[in-house]
Amino acid sequence: MFESLSHLTLQHYWWAIISLLGALLVFLLFVQGGQTLIYRLGKTDTERTLIVNILGRKWEFTFTTLVTFGGAFFAAFPLFYSTSFGGAYWVWMIILFAFILQAVSYEFRTKPGNFLGKKTFEVFLFINGLVGTIFLGTAVGTFFTGSQFSVNDMNFSQWETATHGLEAVLNVQNLALGLALFFLSRTLATLFIIQNVRHTEVIIRARRQLLQDALPFLVFFLTFTAMLLLKQGFAVNPETGEVFMQPYKYFRNMTEMPVVGILFLLGVVLVLLGIFRTAFCFEKCSDKGIWGAGIGTVLTVFALFLTAGYNHTAYYPSTFDLQDSLTIQNSSSSHYTLTAMSYVSLLVPFILAYIFYAWRAITLKKIDQEELEEEGHVY
Amino acid sequence: MEEALVNWSRAQFALTAMYHWIFVPLTLGLSFIIAFMETIYVRTGDAEWKRITKFWMTLFGINFAIGVATGIILEFEFGTNWSNYSWFVGDIFGAPLAIEGILAFFMESTFIAVMFFGWNKVSKKFHLLSTWLVAVGANLSALWILVANAWMQNPVGTRFNPDTARNEMTNFWDVLFSPVAINKFLHTVQSGFVLASVFVIGISAWYLMKKREERLAKRSMLVAGIFGLVMSVLLIVSGDMSARLMAKYQPVKFAAMENLYEGQTNAPLVAVGLLRSSPDQEEHKKEDFILKIEIPNFLSYMAFLDANAYVPGIKDLIHGNPERGIISTAEKIEKGKIAVAALKSYKDARKAGDTAAADSSLALVNAHYSYFGYGFLQDEHEAIPPIQLTFYSFRIMVGLGFLFVLLFATTLYLLRKKKMHGQKWFGLTAICMIPLAYLATQMGWIVAEVGRQPWVIQDLMPTRAAVSQINTSAVQLTFVLFAITFTILLIAEIRIMVKQIHKGPKEGGTK
Ligand code: HDD
Ligand code: HEM
Ligand code: HEM
Repeated sequence: MFESLSHLTLQHYWWAIISLLGALLVFLLFVQGGQTLIYRLGKTDTERTLIVNILGRKWEFTFTTLVTFGGAFFAAFPLFYSTSFGGAYWVWMIILFAFILQAVSYEFRTKPGNFLGKKTFEVFLFINGLVGTIFLGTAVGTFFTGSQFSVNDMNFSQWETATHGLEAVLNVQNLALGLALFFLSRTLATLFIIQNVRHTEVIIRARRQLLQDALPFLVFFLTFTAMLLLKQGFAVNPETGEVFMQPYKYFRNMTEMPVVGILFLLGVVLVLLGIFRTAFCFEKCSDKGIWGAGIGTVLTVFALFLTAGYNHTAYYPSTFDLQDSLTIQNSSSSHYTLTAMSYVSLLVPFILAYIFYAWRAITLKKIDQEELEEEGHVY
Repeated sequence: MEEALVNWSRAQFALTAMYHWIFVPLTLGLSFIIAFMETIYVRTGDAEWKRITKFWMTLFGINFAIGVATGIILEFEFGTNWSNYSWFVGDIFGAPLAIEGILAFFMESTFIAVMFFGWNKVSKKFHLLSTWLVAVGANLSALWILVANAWMQNPVGTRFNPDTARNEMTNFWDVLFSPVAINKFLHTVQSGFVLASVFVIGISAWYLMKKREERLAKRSMLVAGIFGLVMSVLLIVSGDMSARLMAKYQPVKFAAMENLYEGQTNAPLVAVGLLRSSPDQEEHKKEDFILKIEIPNFLSYMAFLDANAYVPGIKDLIHGNPERGIISTAEKIEKGKIAVAALKSYKDARKAGDTAAADSSLALVNAHYSYFGYGFLQDEHEAIPPIQLTFYSFRIMVGLGFLFVLLFATTLYLLRKKKMHGQKWFGLTAICMIPLAYLATQMGWIVAEVGRQPWVIQDLMPTRAAVSQINTSAVQLTFVLFAITFTILLIAEIRIMVKQIHKGPKEGGTK
């Protein structure tokens, strides 16, 4: 069934899957955000342990989504994988180091014999939350601002700055996205903890924390979005494949693909709704905010990714030589491979279903002190 | 400078891969051992089995976390350090990696949450199912990455596309079911099963020596002993098959592994040998034997199931041996250079719009493509992998393989005869076997990976051409950072593991 689709259609299909994975990843970064709040929300050791355990039951999902995001990019758009990872070496290495530290921290933090001490692993978790989100955000920012790389005849790529990706942090728009992601992840974490903990003080503190992250998030997010909609974008001439700068390109993309524009707006509204419900409607509905904000995050990020790649846009622009920019057409795998991978993608709904089922089975009950004592495995 | 970049990139990949491989085999094997134990618990309802399951599960969790931490680096390193490679073969190599993420890693991480946190929340049956799915998921991740690795040793199901300058997949099933892939998967996961069995037996033996947890220890030994015995025998079978496939698809690696310089019929197998660089080392990195113990005819038999078969040596493979129909490496380099140059002129002709010239260049590329990678080699000596390292590694692995069979057999014998008590010699031996099991698996990878040098994709792409163009100093810095980080984490892991073993399982068995 996929064989009969055109190469172009498959490229669009896979860009949508990558976008979806990216969107889910951003939502799941609430784990990272939460890791920067352990000491703000937990004043005693037991409170902190409670928070760590709430996050700890989800860290694997975020991690695996990141891994799969990388793997799917490799399989579907290998030229991006080789160009970006090999070129923006330092950005990716920093992100990776931040994630190595995280992976062991939950399991090792409170185990006897851990000679680094509990504190060290909490610092690791903090670093992962801070660095992981900000750098991932700036890296995604370059989808709209471009990087300095070249690609030769043989499709071998080379980075043209000595800083190998670190220069991305100096761009205001990239940085705005990075910081927006950082504060978003903390906002989502607060909402998630409110939903999942049974501990009055922690909830009160979390509610107080909420706006302190939500407001900076909005400031940075709006800065990024305003810059995005007003700037020139990297457009592709569909006939010749030539890349050129077009004014208001991303704004055009949102209006020329109204579905994408609507998804984007709808997402933003849902995020705001989720935050406001929790911040201002106390007793009854306040622990459901994560739903609106979570779904909203996924929709918004999904739409942003689609804006970057669809509608004749170069999603990984080269500011060194515009013609070396990557588009979903010139960077993808072959028709055969995309077809084979598309069959594998049919399993995704099934996988999402069992994840949902397993997730529910173990979070049906809110977590409290008692539950930690009963359960064998505590972080 | 080029040379240094390649070597540091290799060193970094080797370092991170070997660290990953410290943790992976235990995950592969222990996940099944735990699943067996929990199955017995669910079947018998005996709470002691639950306590045993939970004890090994705790050790599993400690190991798993760091396995995951080291894995993410490998996945991204293909891009960061081998970016030319990632483009050249991304169309084939990327797919198994993505499938691994989609199918295996999610299965593993989802059900691991149920396995650890679900004891009081889901039904007994569902919990057991989750434990099994963790084991299946872990071993599925091994499948996909090993399919990818096997494809690099034996690139099948692919076609070169001159327009994109890369290899493209033409048949997914050929890639997945290539004999090299299937065998590599079996041999590798079996090595994990054996390692985990040795691990469980060693720790149990320690408890017995300390006269603690005797019931737990003996029951665990029984499960691990049976599993280990079966798997260690199968491991030898699949290892033997590996060698046969290697003789067929990577003859130079095979000759290096055996240090066979001159080809011969009725070739003997050197069971034990000591090497010294020959005075005429220049000539094909020749190594002389100082000492050797041989099994007559056995090499020919191992390679081709025929004691009279001819096994080519390094000299034949490099110089060529027309009598045996082996062409020389120099000639292959010649052909490779033609293919590389023709690809360039094809590109130029296309740009100039000269279809006729493009067509004739393309015909040249296709005619010589199977030697494409040789076009990047400087001289024929480069085609020979490091001999001593592969030779010794192979012998250590195989020797230990037979030793493990003995260990499992002895374990089961002592358990059966109820003589396990007070056998101090056995306890000490079993404990010492744990590091040896790790050694054996690492040696296996050295044979596989060092032995295939200079190729990253056999015959198509030498390691040198695969590397990302970054500063050598950047790679040196990340190498040092990885070495420090992973070493600290490894020390932390070992200490936590040892503490946990000293502490033993939780008292009681009801909860
Ligand atoms: C407990 C570990 C262990 C043990 C005891 C053995 N192996 Fe092994 N071997 C591995 C663990 C391993 C491994 C780590 O799993 C490797 C590395 C790459 C691979 O495919 O499997 C491997 C590779 C490997 C290769 C290289 C394959 C290639 O280059 O693609 C050969 C020829 C053998 N093995 C042969 C044997 C034989 C004849 C054994 C007889 C006892 C044996 N191995 C025992
Ligand atoms: C199945 C997954 C694996 C793949 C796809 C893979 C692939 C590679 C690649 C791309 C390189 C760099 C190029 C080269 O030097 O050959 C490499 C080198 C190397 N790998 Fe692997 N590898 C895998 C697993 C492992 C594991 C688990 C180990 C170690 C236990 C290992 C040991 C090495 C070593 C030692 C080198 C360096 C070889 C040398 O310097 O001569 N590999 N491998
Ligand atoms: C160079 C090749 C390799 C790459 C790129 C790679 C990649 C990864 C990644 C990204 C993870 C973390 C997954 C998560 O998020 O849960 C991981 C874990 C794992 N990998 Fe590897 N891996 C390689 C080699 C191998 C090999 C050769 C095997 C087995 C034969 C293997 C088996 C596993 C298993 C079982 C896990 C689960 C965690 C654990 O180790 O305990 N990997 N790997």
